[in-house]
Amino acid sequence: MTGSPAVMAPADGPVAGAAPGPRPRRRRGVPQSLLGLAGLAALVVLVEILPRIGVLPREYFPPSSEIGRALADLVQTSEFWTSVGDTLQGWALGLAIASVAGVVLGILIGGSRFTREFTASTIEFLRPIPSVALIPIAVLLFGTDIESKLLLVVYASFWQVLIQVLYGVQDIDPVAQDTARAYGLGRWARVRYLTWPTALPYVMTGLRLAAAVALILAVTAELVIGNPGLGKLLATAQSSGAYATTYAIVVVTGILGVLVNLAFRAVERWSLSWHPSQRGELVV
Amino acid sequence: MSIVRRLGLTFGLPIILLAAWWFASANSTDFFFPPLSEILTALKDEWFGPRLLADVVPSVLRLLAGYAVAVVVAVTLGVVIGTSRTVRATLEPVLEFFRAIPPPVLVPIFLLLFGIGDGMKIIVIAFGCMWPILLNTVEGVRAVDSVLSDTARTYRITGTARLRTLVLPAASPQIYAGLRQGLSVAIILMVISELFAASNGLGFAVVQAQRSFAIAETWAGMLMLGLLGFLLAMLFKLVENRQLAWYHGLRRAQRSS
Repeated sequence: MTGSPAVMAPADGPVAGAAPGPRPRRRRGVPQSLLGLAGLAALVVLVEILPRIGVLPREYFPPSSEIGRALADLVQTSEFWTSVGDTLQGWALGLAIASVAGVVLGILIGGSRFTREFTASTIEFLRPIPSVALIPIAVLLFGTDIESKLLLVVYASFWQVLIQVLYGVQDIDPVAQDTARAYGLGRWARVRYLTWPTALPYVMTGLRLAAAVALILAVTAELVIGNPGLGKLLATAQSSGAYATTYAIVVVTGILGVLVNLAFRAVERWSLSWHPSQRGELVV
Repeated sequence: MSIVRRLGLTFGLPIILLAAWWFASANSTDFFFPPLSEILTALKDEWFGPRLLADVVPSVLRLLAGYAVAVVVAVTLGVVIGTSRTVRATLEPVLEFFRAIPPPVLVPIFLLLFGIGDGMKIIVIAFGCMWPILLNTVEGVRAVDSVLSDTARTYRITGTARLRTLVLPAASPQIYAGLRQGLSVAIILMVISELFAASNGLGFAVVQAQRSFAIAETWAGMLMLGLLGFLLAMLFKLVENRQLAWYHGLRRAQRSS
């Protein structure tokens, strides 16, 4: 989703989908949120039935009631909450470092045409390097300390922010730019009142993408390297044969992912409440 | 822009960085940071030598197989789901949930379900990179211009013709955005799936080198992974630029007007 600003056109699913424009009112059926709940319920039922009737191997794929029970047991252990804390700590720290670095470097690099062109090839080369490629060296240098997790998280999420900021900075309205110059705004004031507001929607998109990627890499690092956290808990559960618990942890990571996504969408809406893309939902 | 200037801009920084690495590490005795010359030798002798066929090729084949499965399944499902409002509303939370699961956590589970063979790795890759493609396709199909859509209906363009001439082209910018995300997930999963149970593959070999403290080889393996990621991204860009030339042109025109 990096790149084409078209992707970040306003429209967040449901709102635009239900646009109450001048169209003839169609017969309204069941509300959307109910349908969504029905979908989730169907998934739970399916996971309950399929292992029981033998479509999925019961031994390795417990029905949802067992997963649910395992989850209920899990949330009563302090080990679980420590793991959630560890995962979130790595995620938040890594994301914070990557965001600050991405925004600052993005504004510096994007500020002049020369630096942009000079760094373009290097960025294009470094960005697609999968961050899991860093696992071996992270292990060698830091072992299972939090630094190895941070290295992966920061590397992966940094590019998401940087690329978006670079797009955002280039989006500055030339007229506004000239006006600011003509009125003698200094360098800092231009960044503050021109660059930053222009780039903010892009920054927010970048942050949202980075937050999702950071969570993936935090859990991956725990799983593969063995830093304390949900990933390690999952690896332990799987290797000790506690399969229902393994699935329960997968469900927890999914819920965390959804929460992170929702939270960042909310922050995006809140911080951009002044921006035209968020103000109206009028579809022209 | 003159050619010299252009070359300078493109290769200037990479050359500076490489030179800095080369000289900074030239006489390095630090165990973890061997001289770049040693790393490059290892890259040439090992990774472009016997390991190319033994490890790199199997990895890439699994990656491509998994990715291909994901593209076919996700785009097909995405078109079906995106076309109907009710289906979309019903499935959206489920799909969002599956997308939110960090794909690598599926590896231990798929290990249980599908064993440790190539099949498991391909399934992991396909399953993991399918969600961004699927959700972007749904979004793209949903957002087909309503005037175009009504026009097609008026002219009774339905079925395959509608799909080929209206829905897929209209959704393709979004679909490509999903495909690009999916590709990077696929590369990650290619590596991760080989870390757990494998007898060959790029990820397997790199970790093997790391565990036996063959440092130069480990670094070389990381460079190889980086090169692979870069090449695939370039290839993808090439295809995208060809397929979406009309779209980029359209956007440029809209911007300048």
